[in-house]
Amino acid sequence: MKKSDALNAPFQPESFEFTDPKAVKEIIARYPEGRDHSAIMPLLDLAQRQVAVTGPFGDYPTGGGWLPRAALDEVASICGVAPIKVYEVATFYSMYNLEPVGKYLVQLCTTTPCWLCGSADVVNACTNYLDIKLGQTTDDGYFTLMEVECLGACSNAPMIQVNDDYYEDLTAESVVTILKSFQKDVVPPSGPQNGRIGSMSIAGPTTLEEQAKKAGVI
Amino acid sequence: MLADQDRIFTNLYGWESYSLDAAKKRGDWDNTKTLVKKGREWIIDEMKKSGLRGRGGAGFPTGLKWSFMPKEVGERPHYLVINADESEPGTCKDREIMRNDPHKLIEGALLAGFAMQAHHAYIYVRGEFVSEASNLVKAIEEAREAGLLGKNAAKSGWDFDITLHRGAGAYICGEETALLESLEGKKGQPRNKPPFPAMAGLYACPTTINNVETIAVVPEILRRGGDWFSSFGKDEKNTGTKLFCISGHVNNPCVVEEEMGIPMKELIDKHAGGVRGGWDNLKAVIPGGSSCPILPKDVCDTVLMDFDSLREVQSGLGTAGLIVMDQSTDVIYAIARLSHFYMHESCGQCTPCREGTGWLWRVMTRLVKGDAEIDEIDTLLEVTKEIEGHTICAHGDASAWPIQGLMRHFRPEVEARIVAYKKEQAKAA
Repeated sequence: MKKSDALNAPFQPESFEFTDPKAVKEIIARYPEGRDHSAIMPLLDLAQRQVAVTGPFGDYPTGGGWLPRAALDEVASICGVAPIKVYEVATFYSMYNLEPVGKYLVQLCTTTPCWLCGSADVVNACTNYLDIKLGQTTDDGYFTLMEVECLGACSNAPMIQVNDDYYEDLTAESVVTILKSFQKDVVPPSGPQNGRIGSMSIAGPTTLEEQAKKAGVI
Repeated sequence: MLADQDRIFTNLYGWESYSLDAAKKRGDWDNTKTLVKKGREWIIDEMKKSGLRGRGGAGFPTGLKWSFMPKEVGERPHYLVINADESEPGTCKDREIMRNDPHKLIEGALLAGFAMQAHHAYIYVRGEFVSEASNLVKAIEEAREAGLLGKNAAKSGWDFDITLHRGAGAYICGEETALLESLEGKKGQPRNKPPFPAMAGLYACPTTINNVETIAVVPEILRRGGDWFSSFGKDEKNTGTKLFCISGHVNNPCVVEEEMGIPMKELIDKHAGGVRGGWDNLKAVIPGGSSCPILPKDVCDTVLMDFDSLREVQSGLGTAGLIVMDQSTDVIYAIARLSHFYMHESCGQCTPCREGTGWLWRVMTRLVKGDAEIDEIDTLLEVTKEIEGHTICAHGDASAWPIQGLMRHFRPEVEARIVAYKKEQAKAA
């Protein structure tokens, strides 16, 4: 669905209210007086996170965070701008979901560095295992698969992001293990899935010998 | 090879905690106030002496950039904005700083902020970096509680605070004026320049935008001296240490701090365990993040990793993200995928970029199959030239360069695929 079409789709609830007014205030206070419009993006993020907890989830029995049009209107009114200003922002940035998504939003990076390291296998493993295509949500509302552009963890390619967390150094097998864990509502440990530490070489550190010894890495 | 005692990022891999206590033991926040007390001229002079060039891709001299800020603060406050919208394919270095060494960035922000008379800094972190932003926020709060930020920050006599602002998934916000638009709660569409941000940036106030790595190396440069930093590197214009991100077909991909100007082969062999299947199995390397033109093996054999050496071979250091490709790589698809990236990330403001990036991708997709005429390659190159230099920001240029690089070095392969496709079609008919 085109992002702008979602704003008038039938799944839109009639109203939206922030459940944590303190958080709203704190966000507005981050910016200089009279610059409330700077709070638009963090408020949209807050709203999306709220929906992930309270719903509405659209047609899905359970679901993740998305932004109903009513939430955009609420943000516009809080920031004192015309609603169109918020619609513009919400449709411009890729992280704002303007229609309901699964409880676990799986974003698969397929840009060149990940592709070189086998992201196509990771994508196939996910679509086969969940039996949906990229861009679709499973019937139980658990998973949405989304192809995305570079997520900036190229030395740990291939990788995916599930909700907030990065899962790195994946294979077709390890990514299915991760999905199985989410199916049981167990969030698996994020980061590299091949045992390496951060972006250090898997063969062990090539620099910072003293620090490595002190930390017990070698 | 750079000696360990000359490395700045000693917690690059997160072996130790990112907390204030651990950071202090590593030498951060050591007598920061004495550096401030030496005055802003001294700081800017040391930065100029260090030869530091911006680590975000463009490589503009940092000390010079800071000196563009108005000498006197007028009616409008000055701002420091730190660009942590790391999204250039192949680049994953600022992430390591934010999650493992955030206090270097925070201390650097105070020193840089003081030098440009800014009392406030905004750090714009790409939206997907949730845990990185979370570490950074915790570190900022720790610093605030310890009096290192806020009124009389670190007892320096300078009031200074930091606000973290998260993006929401738009590569273009790495362009500094698009970033400012985004920070003001708008679509990330680059501004026309002039006015430059140093005159009218965030909220139309004097603003300097620096990359995370640029700011994070400032405290170490000021402590050890600009001359120390400039003692590393290839020459006086390519100095210091640099974080390199190595991805793709190497045995052990990694992020590593090395000396500016290190030979590419040495960098890959020493730190990334060499090319998969050995150096002779190398086909090409994109040396500095996706927008830097690709280099074939014979150039990679000898090229040095610094701004000017890479420019001499018609590429660039960019963000120092090396994307390594071995002989098995379909190099046409590798570049076509980047064309898709630039199409997806075009902000849509300028026609040559909005329409051109999609057009480039569609033609590249046909070239991957070979479903094209050979003279279309020239048309494609011509279109890249029509995009390049005809847009408000460098996104248009960045979409053009990878294709120009491909055709410069791999045109025979592209042509061969067209010929092969035609043969196959003829056989089928």
